Amino acid sequence: MTVVSNSDLVAGTAAVPQASAGSHLSIRGLGKTYGGHAALADVELEIGAGQYVVLLGPSGSGKTTLLSMIGGFTVPTRGRIAIGGKDVTALPPARRPTATVFQDYALFPHLTVEANVAFPLAMRDVARAERPKRVAQALDLVGLAGFGRRRIHELSGGQRQRVALARALLVEPEILLLDEPLGALDLHLRRQVQDELKALQRRTGRTFVHVTHDQEEAMVLADLIVIVHNGRIEDAGTPQRLYQRPATRFVAEFMGESSLIEGRVAAAGEGRVTLETPLGAISLPGKAMAGAMGTIAIRPENWLAGPRPDDAVTIGRATVIDSVFQGATWRVRARCQGIELLLRLPPDRAVSPGDSLDLSCRERQMVFLDR
Amino acid sequence: MRQIRGILGTGAVLALAYGFIYLPVAVLVLFSFHELKAPVPPFQGPTTAWYEALFADPKLMDALVRSIVIAVVSGLGSTVLGFLAAFGLARFRPPLAGLWRFLLLMPLTVAPMCVGIGLLILANGLALPKSLALVTLGHVAVNLPLAFTICLAQMGGHQEVLERAARDLGASEFRVLTRVTVPLLWPALFASFCLCFTFSWDEFIISFFLSGFDVTLPVAIWEMMRAGINPKINAAGTIVFILSLGLVLVGEIILFGRRRRHDRRVEL
Repeated sequence: MTVVSNSDLVAGTAAVPQASAGSHLSIRGLGKTYGGHAALADVELEIGAGQYVVLLGPSGSGKTTLLSMIGGFTVPTRGRIAIGGKDVTALPPARRPTATVFQDYALFPHLTVEANVAFPLAMRDVARAERPKRVAQALDLVGLAGFGRRRIHELSGGQRQRVALARALLVEPEILLLDEPLGALDLHLRRQVQDELKALQRRTGRTFVHVTHDQEEAMVLADLIVIVHNGRIEDAGTPQRLYQRPATRFVAEFMGESSLIEGRVAAAGEGRVTLETPLGAISLPGKAMAGAMGTIAIRPENWLAGPRPDDAVTIGRATVIDSVFQGATWRVRARCQGIELLLRLPPDRAVSPGDSLDLSCRERQMVFLDR
Repeated sequence: MRQIRGILGTGAVLALAYGFIYLPVAVLVLFSFHELKAPVPPFQGPTTAWYEALFADPKLMDALVRSIVIAVVSGLGSTVLGFLAAFGLARFRPPLAGLWRFLLLMPLTVAPMCVGIGLLILANGLALPKSLALVTLGHVAVNLPLAFTICLAQMGGHQEVLERAARDLGASEFRVLTRVTVPLLWPALFASFCLCFTFSWDEFIISFFLSGFDVTLPVAIWEMMRAGINPKINAAGTIVFILSLGLVLVGEIILFGRRRRHDRRVEL
């Protein structure tokens, strides 16, 4: 069972400049069960105002269900959702301070761009005279000034996405929910729109909650990444924290690449553990019960090959399986006592299959994972 | 050679089939312009005398107007009710949805005669006189399953997402219907109306049982035929046929026109 405690999340958000005191979106004990199968369980989450939050997870992990419950489209089986201190669990989507940008944008094909963007204004009975000005402002904000008279089918995918954004922003939501908004765009466009989304979030100062399965996208956009896996929150924190100090083995593997060395805890105490592994006993900071299973995760760029510096721990001698030159680094696969390791070595460090490497790693760059 | 024979064979079968379907109609239309009172070849004419006689006949003209009114009202009634039933079942998924759908489709298997007799017995029981309102009600009852089926078939997941978006943007349930669902479904709604209109337009048996002294056009034609063959019947039949054909064509043009636009959009 994975419950991310408050202290973890506060630690994760502390570095974000715009995070205000107190939590904006508060989720407590949230769960959703479909016919006995738990799609989501025990979700605890606190999000500060004005943050770019990314819900990241593989498909079927429950991240979209979580977004859908925040938006009010899915009724939770248990738990509470509060926005700005107000309980919204029982409110329908229209009465929540949220707006959703749907995966396929859900633009109305029978209306012009203008009429699409003006839709939330019309539904709120904003004076007719005021609508054109606000529509123009919103279109301008997303870089579509002058596109008002076009029909939806005359727009490209990227333009449709911006119309959906402009329309959702005219709801003036406290929280903008984005369901895989870049999924339908090609790679080049996706990177461009990512930058625009981030800039838009900074300019509007609103909280964005964005669902994706693309960890690169999450890294680019997020102040706070929430990793969802098997219907539970696996970990949550800044991209940097999640990459450098993943909380679980799943996070270590899902966010970038890692070499994993498994073993049994031989001794533990005073904030350190000694792990008995096929590569010998390795001692590092961590907490566990003696006798439990554990894993050491090491990022490819943290390996040291060659003479061991004084502050590093010897791991063992590995044989190179293959190596690929990637410009900035060599990407090397090596084997040590039957365990496959992944390394990134400096470009001047050419190796070829069969070479032997003496590997070591600094203690602070090894992560002990107890699950 | 074999190919030519194949084409000829296919052509012959097609000619037979379409001849079987359309020849009676062609004969009906042709002899409405026939000069003699008896519809016997060879054709002599053309003349519009029978049309003049038809338009001068107040009994037939009244029946024509009544039929149009009943067709419009019952067509609208069936379409609105069928649409609402389909919307409710598709979107709100009530308990026992399968049962409700089955009950809505059941009248398809009930002969119009049974509906007519049933309504007649009911009206007698309630001491209601036979009337055009009862005929309209009967037409709504037999056409509702058709309108329901057409609407239900068009209730796709795509519109559901759009309806959900509209709700998220602040639309009330009524505005979701009027601003999103109906505008998106209007070709289906119009097609449903056209079909219900034509079915009501040439429906005989329910009208026969339930109309009092004021009869509909098909009943008026039937009464005329009892008095003996008259080319005015051909003229009236031709008008019935042309109106039905016109409605079907309009429906088709709207549906196909929309599909072509949709195809262009897919190309983009």
